[in-house]
Amino acid sequence: MVFALAGNQNSGKTTLFNALTGSNQHVGNFPGVTVERKSGEVKDKKDVTIVDLPGIYSIRPYTQEEIVSTDFILNEHPDGIINIVDATNIERNLYLTLQLLELMVPTVVALNMMDEVRENGGSIDVEKLSELLGVPVVPIAAAKGEGVDELLEVAVSTAAKKQLPAVYDFCNDGGAVHRCIHAIYHLILDHAEKLGLPCRFCVTRLIEGDGDMDERLGINQNEKELIEHCIVEMEDSTGLDRNAAMADMRYNYIEGAVAESVVKSQESKEHRRSVAIDRILTGKYTALPVFFIVMFLVFWLTFNAVGQRMSDALAAGIDLFTAAVDRGLVAYGINPVVRSLLIDGIFAGVGSVLSFLPIVVTLFFFLSILEDTGYMARIAFVMDSLLRKIGLSGRSFVPMLMGFGCSVPAIMATRTLSSDRDRKMTILLTPYMSCSAKIPIYAVFAAAFFPKHAALVMIALYVTGIVVGILAALLFKNTLFRGKPVPFVMELPNYRLPSAKTVALLLWEKARDFIERAFTIIFLGSMVIWFLQTFDSRINVVSDSADSMLALIGRYIAPIFGPLGFNDWRVATSLISGFTAKESVISTLAVLLGTSIDSLGSVLSQLFTPLTAVSFLVFTLLYTPCVAAVAAVRRELNSGLKTLTVVISQCIIAWIVAFAVYTVGGLIL
Amino acid sequence: MTLDKLTIGNRGRITNVGGEGALRLRFLDMGLIPHTEVKMQKTAPSGDPIQILIRGYELTLRLEEASKIEIEEIE
Ligand SMILES: Nc1nc2c(ncn2[C@@H]2O[C@H](COP(=O)(O)OP(=O)(O)OP(=O)(O)O)[C@@H](O)[C@H]2O)c(=O)[nH]1
Ligand SMILES: [Mg+2]
Repeated sequence: MVFALAGNQNSGKTTLFNALTGSNQHVGNFPGVTVERKSGEVKDKKDVTIVDLPGIYSIRPYTQEEIVSTDFILNEHPDGIINIVDATNIERNLYLTLQLLELMVPTVVALNMMDEVRENGGSIDVEKLSELLGVPVVPIAAAKGEGVDELLEVAVSTAAKKQLPAVYDFCNDGGAVHRCIHAIYHLILDHAEKLGLPCRFCVTRLIEGDGDMDERLGINQNEKELIEHCIVEMEDSTGLDRNAAMADMRYNYIEGAVAESVVKSQESKEHRRSVAIDRILTGKYTALPVFFIVMFLVFWLTFNAVGQRMSDALAAGIDLFTAAVDRGLVAYGINPVVRSLLIDGIFAGVGSVLSFLPIVVTLFFFLSILEDTGYMARIAFVMDSLLRKIGLSGRSFVPMLMGFGCSVPAIMATRTLSSDRDRKMTILLTPYMSCSAKIPIYAVFAAAFFPKHAALVMIALYVTGIVVGILAALLFKNTLFRGKPVPFVMELPNYRLPSAKTVALLLWEKARDFIERAFTIIFLGSMVIWFLQTFDSRINVVSDSADSMLALIGRYIAPIFGPLGFNDWRVATSLISGFTAKESVISTLAVLLGTSIDSLGSVLSQLFTPLTAVSFLVFTLLYTPCVAAVAAVRRELNSGLKTLTVVISQCIIAWIVAFAVYTVGGLIL
Repeated sequence: MTLDKLTIGNRGRITNVGGEGALRLRFLDMGLIPHTEVKMQKTAPSGDPIQILIRGYELTLRLEEASKIEIEEIE
């Protein structure tokens, strides 16, 4: 049995999905978090599948991710629909409900966020509402797990009985809209029945005039004219055009239903609180300073106070462990080549990356707090006018902010943008927001060359990325992507306290991801690098790695970096390995220099001066995204050629900027 | 008058929803239809976009979009 989870954005679909299936999909207090459909089996009812969908406001889709939802609901025939309604915002949420009911699919309405409604002294007469909507209504609080079991029971029995919505006539005032709908209804009933389509849905589509409904129904010219006549008559007597008349009808019905079944709380506590918080966070004089302070704090805490401290401790631990294993291996008298593989290859490579886990997790912690509280949506609001100057809209800010975590989900998040132009431009800009996998590189170099100002160097790198991104955007705006940014119409959710469970689950997921990468890509990569630098082309162990296979290859590429100040085959190889995953830049250097993470810094000063280190950092900041991100770009742009252009142009930009930094730096120093 | 001219803190009732294509449909779906009451909550620091209260929730839109919605002010 398959159920679709349908509902407005930010109504709690994913929260419910996680509660039902025990999965750990991303939840956030922001409209448009989910961009893909995800299915999962119910925890202890394996024969029931739930499909989580992106949020929609109407059955008529506008953006890519909304098409996913309507497509699933209309074309894949789920056995039932669980329609999640945010009870604190019931009027607008029921608008979609009325459209879903026309589809004649067994439906259950889940009234979510009932905890907030109750707390504010509101109440909802569930039976009355259920009678008015003609489908079962179950009050729940998905975040607390309340009512979830009951909802599932009701949904399963409704679908098993194939119990269809009992009410689908929302125009019961006998007026012009009513006459129009019913006239068309009778006209096309035969066509619709023959095709097995829900007739009321067909009528709506014909009136609202989108899609190819008339062709699908096989309506002849004569009937077409009759239909148009009915519609025009309705428009004349209501004084509204067809779309407004239909929306008006639905909202009228909803207002009636709400008046009969809902006791509204005065003004909810959450809303009052939001208005008060907004006075500062989006206030005329305070909004921008607050934003910059928040961002600065996030990075400062991550790279200095909290994340860095923990990483240092972990690095020391890993070093002790490595040394102990090394002593054990020596005492055991193991073959020196095997010992080298283990210690100089795997331990050095994986260990160098692993120690940065705390920094990465700390950054994700702050990003998730920004999102879960509802501040992210405000940032989009405050930043809209600035982003418009570079040809984008406030909504583009969200994918970019997510890009500080990882480019892959960030690039996918662009699906919520409603114009192709904005989407493409945002996809191209996201890689300039330095992702968390580059943190190990920055951290090692900053600690080695600028120990007193490490956090400052990190922040400067992020800012450089942003500045280059802005310049690129300005260039795009005046060349490739002329035109206007899309309209910006977005719901601002109330501020909420992030739930500890959601945050903890997210961090666990990110940590697992990071560790998994360390033990797969980085692990393999380290072995390959170790192999290539230990043997020569005739598979003899070399005494000096400068004679190895890798050196042979690396020397071909290294001269490219000569003008940037680091013409060295080891540096060149590390940059190339960074294409698989950015952390491998550091693991490769660790393997090639044959040191553990603790002494990597001091060994690096043989290869770099502070100036070439900066040039190298700028290059790593800007050059091609990793393979996973490139694949995501390829998926979203749907063009191999364009993706290749992105990769190459980023490398070129990186080279130019690094060259400029090196040259200008050389003149000054 | 149009929605973008409403002063902060004041209320109005929508009389006509303009705009075209997807934008207009989006307005209608979000509950911006004639007879609905709106309240101007605030503007972003630069004066644009604006934030309005409608049907009990907060919606943000730009001045340019708001200028397509006609309202009559109510006391
Ligand atoms: N108070 C309260 N908050 C809830 C409840 N259910 C969900 N939330 C919160 O509502 C917000 C949105 O939840 P999501 O599950 O991401 O919503 P969604 O419908 O999947 O949203 P999109 O994917 O953006 O369409 C999150 O901040 C949740 O913590 C509930 O029962 N009570
Ligand atoms: Mg979701």
